[in-house]
Amino acid sequence: MSGSAHPYQPRMPQAPEASPDALLEVEDLKTVFHSEVGTVHAVDGVSFDVRPGEVLAVVGESGCGKSVTALSIMGLIPAPAGQIVSGRINFRGQNLLHLHSEERRAFRGDRIAMVFQDPLTALNPVHRVGAQIAELIQVHRDVGRKEAWGRAVELLKLVGIPGAEERARQYPHHFSGGMRQRVMIAMAIALDPDLLIADEPTTALDVTVQAQILRVLLDVRDRFGMAIMLITHDLGVVAGVADRVVVMYAGKKIEEADVHTIYGNPKHPYTWGLLGSTTRVDRPRLEQLTQIPGAPPSLLAPPPACRFAPRCAYVQPLCRTEYPELRPATAPEHLAACHFAQLDGWEPGPPARELASRQEEAV
Amino acid sequence: MSVATEPAAIPPRSGQELVRVTDLVKHFPITSGVFVQRQVAAVHAVDGISFSIRKGETLGLVGESGSGKSTTARLLLRLLDLTSGQVELEGEDITTASGARLRNVRQKMQMIFQDPYASLDPRMTVRDIVGEPLVIWNRWKNGGSVRVAELLERVGLNPDHANRFPHEFSGGQRQRIGIARALALQPKLIICDEPVSALDVSVRAQILNLLANLQREFDLTYLFISHDLSVVRQVADRLAVMYLGKIVEIGDRDELYGRPVHPYTQALISAVPIPEPVKERQRKHIVLGGDIPSPVNPPSGCRFRTRCFKAQEICAEEEPALVDHDHGHPSACHFAEPLELIP
Repeated sequence: MSGSAHPYQPRMPQAPEASPDALLEVEDLKTVFHSEVGTVHAVDGVSFDVRPGEVLAVVGESGCGKSVTALSIMGLIPAPAGQIVSGRINFRGQNLLHLHSEERRAFRGDRIAMVFQDPLTALNPVHRVGAQIAELIQVHRDVGRKEAWGRAVELLKLVGIPGAEERARQYPHHFSGGMRQRVMIAMAIALDPDLLIADEPTTALDVTVQAQILRVLLDVRDRFGMAIMLITHDLGVVAGVADRVVVMYAGKKIEEADVHTIYGNPKHPYTWGLLGSTTRVDRPRLEQLTQIPGAPPSLLAPPPACRFAPRCAYVQPLCRTEYPELRPATAPEHLAACHFAQLDGWEPGPPARELASRQEEAV
Repeated sequence: MSVATEPAAIPPRSGQELVRVTDLVKHFPITSGVFVQRQVAAVHAVDGISFSIRKGETLGLVGESGSGKSTTARLLLRLLDLTSGQVELEGEDITTASGARLRNVRQKMQMIFQDPYASLDPRMTVRDIVGEPLVIWNRWKNGGSVRVAELLERVGLNPDHANRFPHEFSGGQRQRIGIARALALQPKLIICDEPVSALDVSVRAQILNLLANLQREFDLTYLFISHDLSVVRQVADRLAVMYLGKIVEIGDRDELYGRPVHPYTQALISAVPIPEPVKERQRKHIVLGGDIPSPVNPPSGCRFRTRCFKAQEICAEEEPALVDHDHGHPSACHFAEPLELIP
């Protein structure tokens, strides 16, 4: 009951040395939603890998396509409004998009599990918490009711729910937000998946509870060795737990690197803007916070240009006419989609503006 | 309770205060019975808090959900009736104000809400929303439209969009509409209840900068309620930390962040992640167990003891008073000791 005084030390990021082979490869994924006013290009050609055992953070503002990417991987895009129009989602070399819905279901919850932002709507209010976990186990594994229930209780203990035997017999409304999120994690790890997708798992929680839940996530990762794809807008959370980071903006991946590079030497002005506008508990008050002007663009008919150009402080005419392809920036593993990312001295500040305009003239 | 309401925590009157709250208590009754409703228990939402807000400053009010922050705000505005205690605005006791006098008082206090979607009437145009306070105060006829345009421009919206409806605006723009509405009557005090929690990072900075500029320009006083200690560090001059209806620590911003004294403040500060991988992974973290207890039956003695890493027997028996333990500002802990948590 009493708070533990153990210092919480997330592990230092390690290059996932185990195997460079990706667990999940997403290639050129395009997911659209058809609406009355037109087609929304929610995810527009996104590629990335998730490696075994790593924590990959996908960062961006609301509407940038993070959650749609996750739902596409899970096969949960609602048809007919939503549609994956192209791309590949290879899981251990098998393209999930080619599977029948039955086969797909065998993957979902079993090999790839998901934790949602709002645990109250994700849990069924009329079933006991233990029964919901046990049901999942029974559907996917050949076990009896008793055994499945026992396993459910074990899982609840594992994620740190006190009095798990009694709690398993209670309903979701008996649980607080943090405890519900623990139940969701218990359910997600029930079948020992290879990949856990956590979509804003701590956004609805208090900071103190957020710290608990992040610890539980890292703990189950260390114990079972699954990879975690963590979707969040909180750059603080990412700094604490991620090994690698993908930054998304307006349906595109605009930067990708290991966590130290993203924070230490980012190359996309949007990443600069995100880091600059984040309020920090370790920084005395600033006269003015750096702000990114305006709002993200509409995804109805995005122009073939840099989508961040209208908000970018370093924008050049080139940015408004040509889409910057993702290219290696500081290292082969560090990708950035900015025309100027490869320039020497490309970092936030007035010199970059000059640099960009000189480069523009040269082109 | 008599122990906790030691007047030491209440600063002496200086004449510089806009708001002064003394021993504020709000209990929500829980009733039972079919024909005769009897009170069987009470939710101790706010339980004897005292603080003051100086003219022109921002007081940050922080704590987890359920700590009583929003109830405090509603009591200040007299949207809820006090169980006991006293609220003063500009030296005037408004605790029992009613009718025309209360309306007069409320003119000086406005609120900005957390949810920019729920706090604007979807069937009203922006002009109606921002102009409503002027209509109520019979100021519409004297250039109300011009004033609305002025307000919209000041908060960074296009005055030509005054005929549009809230759904045509993004979250950040809606929050600007809410701010324009709050400014309409030139208030003295604005209560900001989690004004940026629902916004994206890049928009959050825009709104925080706007609030800071407005404060300078119009000499506003803010009560800034938030659960996010990184936001509060940017906006607040002073800080009051609430837990389960009580203030557990109150003091100047940099002092509180640099050398927090109460274990709860320490836990809150250490739980906010720092966006810098090495710093974040190497710093000391205090992870609290469990959740905030029910305010129906708050723990005996110190209310934080059930989650505290310093709890001893005395904490269950005796409620610690909110007094200065020679740390420069008051804190309510038997084992008060400063701890540096930010590298």
